[in-house]
Amino acid sequence: MQVFIENLAASHNYQPTRLMLILRAIQDRYHYIPEPAIRQLAGLLKIPGTQIIGVIEFYSFFHLTPRGQYELLISDSITDHMLGKHNLMAYLSAKLQVAVGAVRSDGLVSLDNMSCSGLCDQGPAGLVNGYALTRLDRPRIDLITDLINQQKPLDKWPGELFQVNDNLIKSGLLLDDPIAPGDALRAAFKRGLQETLAEITQSGLRGRGGAGYTTGWKWHLCYEGPEENAFCDVDAQKQLQRYVICNADEGEPGTFKDRVLLSSYAHQVFEGMTVCAAIVGATEGFLYLRGEYLFLYDKLQAILAERRQADLLGGNILGKGIAFDIEICLGAGAYICGEESALIESLEGKMGIPRNRPPYPVTQGYLGKPTVVNNVETFMAAASIAVNGGNGFANMGTEKSKGTKILSISGDCSQPGIYEYPFGATIQTILNDCGADDVLGVQIGGPSGTFISNQELGRKLAFEDLATGGSFIIFNNSRNILDIVHNFTHFFAHESCGFCTPCRVGTSLLKQQLDKIVDGHGSAGDIVALEELCQLVKSNSHCGLGQTAANPILTTLERYPELYQSQLKKISYEPGFDLDGALETARRMAQRNDAAAHLEQIGEDHE
Amino acid sequence: MNKTITIDGKTIPFEDGQTIMAAATAADVYIPHLCHHPELSPHGSCKLCTVKVNGRNCSACTFPAAEGQDVLNNTKEINDDRQKITQMLFVEGNHFCPSCEKTGNCQLQAVAYHLNMLDNHFPLFYPKREMDASHPDVMIDHNRCIFCTLCVRASQQHDGKDVFAISGRGINKHLIVNAQSGLLKDTDLDMNDKAAHVCPTGAILIKRTGYQVPIGQRLYDHHEIDQVSLVTENPHHGE
Repeated sequence: MQVFIENLAASHNYQPTRLMLILRAIQDRYHYIPEPAIRQLAGLLKIPGTQIIGVIEFYSFFHLTPRGQYELLISDSITDHMLGKHNLMAYLSAKLQVAVGAVRSDGLVSLDNMSCSGLCDQGPAGLVNGYALTRLDRPRIDLITDLINQQKPLDKWPGELFQVNDNLIKSGLLLDDPIAPGDALRAAFKRGLQETLAEITQSGLRGRGGAGYTTGWKWHLCYEGPEENAFCDVDAQKQLQRYVICNADEGEPGTFKDRVLLSSYAHQVFEGMTVCAAIVGATEGFLYLRGEYLFLYDKLQAILAERRQADLLGGNILGKGIAFDIEICLGAGAYICGEESALIESLEGKMGIPRNRPPYPVTQGYLGKPTVVNNVETFMAAASIAVNGGNGFANMGTEKSKGTKILSISGDCSQPGIYEYPFGATIQTILNDCGADDVLGVQIGGPSGTFISNQELGRKLAFEDLATGGSFIIFNNSRNILDIVHNFTHFFAHESCGFCTPCRVGTSLLKQQLDKIVDGHGSAGDIVALEELCQLVKSNSHCGLGQTAANPILTTLERYPELYQSQLKKISYEPGFDLDGALETARRMAQRNDAAAHLEQIGEDHE
Repeated sequence: MNKTITIDGKTIPFEDGQTIMAAATAADVYIPHLCHHPELSPHGSCKLCTVKVNGRNCSACTFPAAEGQDVLNNTKEINDDRQKITQMLFVEGNHFCPSCEKTGNCQLQAVAYHLNMLDNHFPLFYPKREMDASHPDVMIDHNRCIFCTLCVRASQQHDGKDVFAISGRGINKHLIVNAQSGLLKDTDLDMNDKAAHVCPTGAILIKRTGYQVPIGQRLYDHHEIDQVSLVTENPHHGE
């Protein structure tokens, strides 16, 4: 192992910023990160061992204790639940003879849950040793069980188990008309880089990850750099290192459009990054790919190699004397890394904890340098605008939301998949197109977004009405809203980074308080207490995760108060614990079991 | 001309680069806090110092003061939230003040009194947490750790060591020490290190000093934390 670690660290130039990739390689080989490896790495990378342990314990895909040689993770997204995940997991667990969350005694296989795998259009889904498994059903599980018990290496498993389909159903402005590699760069050079930035600003393009910051402005601010540099001469400005980062950590449950964009439109995404780099003056870029999309890694590396070959990346892009290259970094199972400053921390080889702002990444981002972080779809749109100009884009959509939005549609509809709509499209139009009827409601923008009821289907897809990073989950009338809220609320508690008190403790309290009501133990004051807690977590949390973690409860409580009320017991309060149960030890010691040795739970029948 | 902000209507001068917390402390205005220490880099995690800046919630310890800021600090609404956040810190750990050696000298306890916290409000988590009494002079009681990272920062920035770190995610966060054994005795911590004395709760205690100062004669037994805080953190207090 010592030689393996030494070579691994050497291959990453002993850079602590490469910690995520290094740990991934160790986890891959040994199915955990052994203690001696941590000590050795700490020495080689010259960082405290505690930093390495911190990172391992932060990310879901790294482990300090051995996992199975076949590490199976099953996606726990609400869409997987709707496709029968519960039964399937029980079947899988029985078949493999391993409990959920455990390693089988022979060490061959381990089984656990994972947050949304980004395969909601072809679930129930999961991962085996990091590689995506789709459309799981009993026959597939039988096959997987046999393959594992025969100890077949993954590359000998039938390919259809790993088949990931694009499911591109409805295309529009962007998906209809992909650019040819090099076209955006050529157009940008021809028009002039600042003129191209002006086109992007004028197009009205706003960030597609959800927050909706104006892209042209972000690039402009990065180009300007921090305030103290504003007055230095142009040459000194140019020497300042800058970075361009593509955020492909789409972890919002129900989102999978970036998976498809990177699978079938990667050239255009990389080209958008390169145009951005040329404009802001960056020479290095990163694609932060969520760990769940490991299956895209080799394909994306091949595309980068192609682009270097074609002088679309490298030291002298299209002979214009501009240098830029892109590295791919893989995440390791942490939703929080979709937050841009947490993502930057992760890229630096640290726990994904959102930074205090200001300063913002545009002035002090990766390694403290000005950094543009944009979503996959944003770069793709920017490349299209660089070719076609900003007008066509600005002419589509609404006043505050220009262009189109690519949606990941899943849940109760006949055709889940990828759909592109001009902003301003009504929810009803979208539902008609994807074959959804008997609709109960739609979760727009994922758990951190909004749940709308079937009375609001005339509302519009737009930053000024229903904003979304792309997640669009449909529920029909057979679904139970409280199940949905339960799933989402548990998700946030699992994904909270734990940095700040209101989110770390608050998301766990939300989970407890909601469970209390859903499980039928709630009484009169509990909904008020739940609502107060929601507001507390929302207004005091450090970042977007905590600020939106209560949204599933708040948006459904607002629409379906009677649903929550109907769960309550008709008593003024219920004790937080089982009074009679607490006397059990005393009864045993006193060898009594008469009526006087029992206590009634207060108030049960005294309304 | 001096630059100023207002805090609860009072005009407060500030210098460029100062946080709202630093400006407030220099002007003898107390903003409750636990993870902040004027000699260490700001962290912004406990969220007790949340203030409203022009209507928006910000952490006073990290947010830069800027001309034109209208800051709300000592209002009922804000203090109610601070009380709830303090209650959160109490329920996630195991804090039993009457049996804790730190009682009367504890910032968590003192800030709870200051915010008029009279109960836990939330259900207790009763987490299972360990003690580390391996070090000859210093002990860790993980039951009382609130993840403020003061010991982490003091060790790095003041002592020039790297004894402590926070590991884990979400509610599973925990304090770890930099030793292969995971035990404090195998770190290079010295009992005179700042890191051994900076804990705002009873999580890190110096051995053989327990109860030398009787309960009833301790720091916060006679002074409210707002006064103690300004005396210790503002070198020009009362001027």
